[in-house]
Amino acid sequence: MKRTRAETDDTHRKLSRRAALLGGAQLAFVGGLAARMQFLQVDQADQFRLLAEENRINIRLIPPSRGEVFDRNGLSLARNAPSYRIVIVREDAGDVDAVLERLSQIIKLDAETITRVKEEMRRSAPFLPVTIASDVTWDDISRVSVNAPALPGVTPEVGLSRIYPQGSDFAHVLGYVGPVSDYDLSKIEDPEPVLMIPRFQIGKVGVETKLEPLLRGKAGAKRVEVNATGRVMRELDRREGIPGSDLQLTIDAKLQGYVQARLDGESASAVVMDCESGDLVACSSAPTFDPNLFVRGISSRDYGELTANKYRPLASKTVQGVYPPGSTFKMITAMAGLEAGLIGPDDTAYCPGHLEVSGRRFHCWKRAGHGWVDLETSLKRSCDVYYYDLAVKVGIERISDMARKFGLGIKHDVPMSAVAKGLAPDMEWKAQTYGQSWRVGDTVNVSIGQGFMLASPMQLAVMTARIATGRAVEPRLIKSVDGVEEPLKGGEPLGINDNNLRKMRKAMFEVVNDRRGTAYGSRIIEEEMRMAGKTGTSQVRNITAAERRAGVIRNEDLPWERRDHALFVNFAPYDKPKYAVAVIVEHGGGGSKAAAPIARDITLQALYGGPPPVEAYPAKDRERITEQQERLRDAQPLVSVPGQDQA
Amino acid sequence: MSYLEYAVKTAPTGFRKIFHLNWAVALLLASVAGVGFLMLYSVAGGSFSPWAEPQMKRFAVGFVMMIMVAMVPIWFWRSLSGLAYLGTLVLLVAVELFGTVGMGAQRWIDLGFMRLQPSELMKITLVMFLAAYYDWLPARRISHPFWVLLPVILILIPVFLVLRQPDLGTSILLLAAGGGLMFLAGVHWAYFGAVIASGIGLVTAVFQSRGTSWQLLKDYQYRRIDTFLDPSSDPLGAGYHITQSKIALGSGGWTGRGFMQGTQSRLNFLPEKHTDFIFTTLAEEFGFVGGLSLLALYALIIVFCVWSALTNKDRFSSLLTLGIALNFFLFFAVNMSMVMGLAPVVGVPLPLVSFGGSAMLVLLLAFGLMQSAHVHRPR
Repeated sequence: MKRTRAETDDTHRKLSRRAALLGGAQLAFVGGLAARMQFLQVDQADQFRLLAEENRINIRLIPPSRGEVFDRNGLSLARNAPSYRIVIVREDAGDVDAVLERLSQIIKLDAETITRVKEEMRRSAPFLPVTIASDVTWDDISRVSVNAPALPGVTPEVGLSRIYPQGSDFAHVLGYVGPVSDYDLSKIEDPEPVLMIPRFQIGKVGVETKLEPLLRGKAGAKRVEVNATGRVMRELDRREGIPGSDLQLTIDAKLQGYVQARLDGESASAVVMDCESGDLVACSSAPTFDPNLFVRGISSRDYGELTANKYRPLASKTVQGVYPPGSTFKMITAMAGLEAGLIGPDDTAYCPGHLEVSGRRFHCWKRAGHGWVDLETSLKRSCDVYYYDLAVKVGIERISDMARKFGLGIKHDVPMSAVAKGLAPDMEWKAQTYGQSWRVGDTVNVSIGQGFMLASPMQLAVMTARIATGRAVEPRLIKSVDGVEEPLKGGEPLGINDNNLRKMRKAMFEVVNDRRGTAYGSRIIEEEMRMAGKTGTSQVRNITAAERRAGVIRNEDLPWERRDHALFVNFAPYDKPKYAVAVIVEHGGGGSKAAAPIARDITLQALYGGPPPVEAYPAKDRERITEQQERLRDAQPLVSVPGQDQA
Repeated sequence: MSYLEYAVKTAPTGFRKIFHLNWAVALLLASVAGVGFLMLYSVAGGSFSPWAEPQMKRFAVGFVMMIMVAMVPIWFWRSLSGLAYLGTLVLLVAVELFGTVGMGAQRWIDLGFMRLQPSELMKITLVMFLAAYYDWLPARRISHPFWVLLPVILILIPVFLVLRQPDLGTSILLLAAGGGLMFLAGVHWAYFGAVIASGIGLVTAVFQSRGTSWQLLKDYQYRRIDTFLDPSSDPLGAGYHITQSKIALGSGGWTGRGFMQGTQSRLNFLPEKHTDFIFTTLAEEFGFVGGLSLLALYALIIVFCVWSALTNKDRFSSLLTLGIALNFFLFFAVNMSMVMGLAPVVGVPLPLVSFGGSAMLVLLLAFGLMQSAHVHRPR
């Protein structure tokens, strides 16, 4: 096409104008972009950089290792053992079905587990491990490791789990740990983040829960860089946690094991206390259970068996169980009378077998009565009427004050679960609780440790230790924390007249060592080790007048749960008290028959630091004791080690 | 003998043409591509695979192709422009019929050795054809309604075909490039006023149609517009792209966090980090200084192109060069606006930097034409 020069020039000028215009507009836009860039990158840089850091950094907790627990001689009672799990990572496994199929030929996997694993894998990110089996045996772990090439994505992992090497011997003292439950969390205000770690173990019962803050330690943390899907790319830094404190108990595991074995078969409890320091050297409740079962999650069958047992294996009877102390309380009543100056040790009372108090007849356990008795005889032969008479003179306030002075009816600070306060009743208490005024009959009942009076075996041990030393001994369970000795508590003089104390100890000595004493059958022959004690038999029912007329029914003829509790408290050696012991056999019948022999065995075991020579026993018992020692020597606590009983 | 045919006689011939290329533009293109290689190397975590190496190979092929295209006289290309336009149109229809569906859209034809995106090609052939049209059209007819309607139809046919794929980003770019060329050719102001007015009307219609049976856009496009207007409304969902890319940009600061130190891209917080959002990696690792440098490179390319066009007395060459420059501008302007949160996420790559073969080859082809116009300009 022909074009004139003029036309070309004209259109070219127009084109140049518009090109300049459009080019200018483009550059202006570029300027705008630059301004925007400046706004984002310079003006708001700090804010965005912070956001970027938040994006990228994730804080992961490192669970602290739980403090270990040892007995007074350094024997391990609770430690952390590796527990093995098998996990699978979907992304590494490739064909999950095939891998699981192969795995199920190597270790035992039921269909239910496989379905659960597949379901979990479907829900979680492909790089997160899913647990196939926990608490597996070392054998299974080795089998999986050997076959690793055929099992892509399947890896054995090791974690820490609580283990109680002494098993059932310390079930009630130590308690056990378990995974944090929603219920646990609901009880804690502002729970520590470490508790949110799945399956993190915390104390549930006993020392484990009471001293949880000490044992748990502080969680460490690591900062990791994560990508947009949450996969950890690398670790930036880590702050190690502080492991929990190691505890040393005052309990001697060897003695504890013996006591536990000695109590086996009964529903009973026994406390052995160091008279001087108040150290709880043994603290056993029978029957017992294996705490290791709870750590891993107890099966409902096992749990059902424990709760259905009428001997209540789960109850910690030493501190939680409260019983009428029966005749073991008589020392308190007598001491109240002596201290008040209302009676002298040689004053006598006449026991015709019963006493009328404000129109009601109170019976002595011996229907024929004891005749004229003084303090020593009354204790030795456990005459009730002497104390009825004394109680009326002394009054409840002096008795309950004296009870509290000797550690009854007050709560001792021991880190075990459900430590009972017991009860040393007085007028105010009855008025508050029942809205009734105190009656003399109530005092009469309390005077022989019946009625409202309630005490736990540990409290009775404290009482005995205080009688033995005359000082306000306090029980101590924790000997040291991280090797630092815990201070002793109490120990100041009780402010009781020494003569009165001596009289009381002498009377208790007679109980065991006088031919007519109620516990003569349980005496110790060895001169150096002789013990002083008091039997107790506490009724769990009222004896009706009709029954009394028909003749008191023998305990053996009653159903178990209606039989009397058998109690015995003692200290030994008499000359230089070392241990105070309290034994209660629930529904065991008479204290002299059911409780005193146990207490003697325990006392000798404690004093000799092992099986005592049979020469310490009266000649006629030696054969039987030898047999018993044979039998108990091989007694072992129940300990199920993870993996050994894997179904 | 026309002016053009006369003037060409003094132009260089044979391999001497190489010396007459617009080397400034060529070097600037290579620099931008170099920035691209660096960033692709970085987002791959310090590795040439999977992105940097193929990108370098493709750039080398494309660069050689650009020079080869530049060697061929511009009037040869002009004579092909009608055919090129028609051919691309056929390809667009072919995509509609046999195209591969990717990312919810039909955009590619698989040619075996490469995946051809006809909509990319259309950006160039449309500009070529319009330039040829206005070169041919006598000046006095330019603003005549009939001669205006004709190019409008030529623009709208591919725009609607691309919109149907659906590819909103490219169709807007086509519309803008075509309109820009008509503006450059000297079409009367009044037409543009009318178009802008009706454009506003169209936007209104698009929003009005939402949720009705005649809905003009797909749901995801509406959602993108929504999150563009208020990205904070859905920070982990639809607004995630924009929020994260702004965080990356902002955390770069003045001088950036250093090469390969960008946490946002390294840790995959950035979506499409090697394609549409690659600028965020650059801005995060090299900061404001780095981002501004790339922007300056782009601006310089535009400036040199416009200068080349203004000094070229051949109308077709002039228009073609300006059209290609405009296309190039639209590319990076839309992409950068998008990552800076100024425009909706429409899926436009950053030219020569984003990973992608088709777009880069087409772009270098276009610059080949621009170079040819420069080499064969009348003297």
